Amino acid sequence: MEDFNSETDSDYTSYWRDWFVSSRGNEYFCEIDEDYLTDRFNLTGLNTEVPYYQYALDLVTDVFDLDADDDLREQIEKSARHLYGLVHARYIVTTRGLGKMLDKYKKSEFGKCPRVMCDGHPLLPVGQSDLPNMTTVKLYCPKCEDIYNPKSSRHASIDGAYFGTSFHSILFQVYPALNPEKSVRRYEPRIYGFKVHAAAALARWQDNCREDMKARIGDFGLAQKFIEDSESEDEGFEYGEEYSEQPAKTEKVLGDTASGRMDLGK
Amino acid sequence: MSSSEGAPESWISSFCSLMGHEFFAEVSEDFIEDDFNLTGLQSQVPMYKEALEMILDVEPEDDEEEEEEEEEDEDEDEVLGDERPAYRRAGDRRHARVASDLSVIESSAELLYGLIHQRYITSRPGIQQMLEKYEMQHFGVCPRVNCNGCKVLPVGRSDTPGQETVKLFCPGCMDIYTPPNSRFHSVDGAFFGTTFGCLFFMTFPDLDIGPRLDTSLSTMSPRNPVQPASFTRSPQSQYDLETPTPEDQPVEINGVRTANLCPGLGRGKIYEPKIYGFKVSEVSRVGPRMKWLRMKPKDIMELDELWRHENFASQENQGRGADRDGDTEMNAAKSQEVAIANRKKAPMRRRRRNLGEPPHSDQMSIQGA
Repeated sequence: MEDFNSETDSDYTSYWRDWFVSSRGNEYFCEIDEDYLTDRFNLTGLNTEVPYYQYALDLVTDVFDLDADDDLREQIEKSARHLYGLVHARYIVTTRGLGKMLDKYKKSEFGKCPRVMCDGHPLLPVGQSDLPNMTTVKLYCPKCEDIYNPKSSRHASIDGAYFGTSFHSILFQVYPALNPEKSVRRYEPRIYGFKVHAAAALARWQDNCREDMKARIGDFGLAQKFIEDSESEDEGFEYGEEYSEQPAKTEKVLGDTASGRMDLGK
Repeated sequence: MSSSEGAPESWISSFCSLMGHEFFAEVSEDFIEDDFNLTGLQSQVPMYKEALEMILDVEPEDDEEEEEEEEEDEDEDEVLGDERPAYRRAGDRRHARVASDLSVIESSAELLYGLIHQRYITSRPGIQQMLEKYEMQHFGVCPRVNCNGCKVLPVGRSDTPGQETVKLFCPGCMDIYTPPNSRFHSVDGAFFGTTFGCLFFMTFPDLDIGPRLDTSLSTMSPRNPVQPASFTRSPQSQYDLETPTPEDQPVEINGVRTANLCPGLGRGKIYEPKIYGFKVSEVSRVGPRMKWLRMKPKDIMELDELWRHENFASQENQGRGADRDGDTEMNAAKSQEVAIANRKKAPMRRRRRNLGEPPHSDQMSIQGA
């Protein structure tokens, strides 16, 4: 950090933001446009949030030239990073910011979903709070719609507020076509090939919830298609996806009795 | 474990201390030496005999000259130089064979050890050993935020080697995850097997699998998830309704302690996407669609399908009776009484009935529809 400070003072070609986004641990950040940073409207309210606000802003926009001692420099440097993060949270929900983050998302720069059933779907950074110093950054998987801890410890210390709570939702509102197809595939714990009752009962209950959800959104003229729905259209019904993983019908001892009962029920 | 003092390190312990093999337990030699435990492995592993010898640190050279070597063992150090020429021809040939096959045997030994390991960790001493590793958090924690650092177990998705790498099973959300460290991405999942994960938690039902980092997390995050939940009245939040969890939750549900049934799921543990503080509606085109995956009933009794059937069937019958004719009305009233009686002595009946007939949940839901 000290190295860098001495460098910026003398060398104008190395921009602070360039350095910041390319330094280790800051891989999740995208570069904020200079135009955005210099528009005071975008910074509304941040002057109370960030100490040494003006100096920090000068540093971020590369116009910093103050002869300060090392302690003060350090303070300003810290403030600059904080300021950058807070502006970043605002910037990434703008059209340009969304575009930049989208590129990073497509390159899986935020990592891949650790959940096995998501097949390594790219993640997006998310904060659990919009206020700084509350929680660290988490990663949102659009496929299973859950949030995970970053696996690298250098990312685990980034403030979640630098990405905000709304970013990923806005991204998919703006680019709905990018919303991945959801899957009903799940892990079925088994012991010597037999399903475990507690887990299976919960899975059945959850499947009912899913059908309820489908019915609910169906009332609004929306149809939720899961990947498996299109694959097993014929035997579909409500239980289609539960069996779709099983290749042979011979395995469906339980299933057959169930479907037999279904017919009776009808 | 019971290896001789002479050997500086047995093959097993050196294998387990290799990078990426941190998940493995050290299979006791007693277990391997019992042929019963190896049933059927001979056909799965090439160069089975050599591999087994390698695992047990039995020198293959010993086969022929066992007696001679043993005699010379004591003064081996001094004789080593002299010994060479005498055995030269035979020795060289043998060494050539060993060198060319060594890598094959080594990989066979790893495969064999893995397959034995799969069986060992479901045995009594093995699962105990894994418990120690689990409690020391050797396998890591669940990456899911709402699992609050629940400890995980290594599992496979297949019992056949060469299909998939090892995964981590989280009891808090009943899901499996890829190990964060890439060194485990080359470890075969079959070496842990599909059975181990669940069997482990059934073997130790009183293990507290609840969140680990709860205290540290709450200091880090002063946010209170209970508060926003009480404001929600949107249709999708009918699972986190305002009513509190019923008091009379059974201690055990479906053979699992209620407290240990997916503590990472259910109300307050489901991620709620928001835009500027407002929840994203389910009715939005890209609204949340996967919440069911992390749901758990507030009243855990809903998971007791037989209890539910008895309860709902009576209501069902009653409703139908009113709709149609008076004939069934008496029946309906009677069955409702029966159902209420059943509910009172549910735990006992549940067990008995479970043996006799399968739960009728499917039929019930069809009728309900």
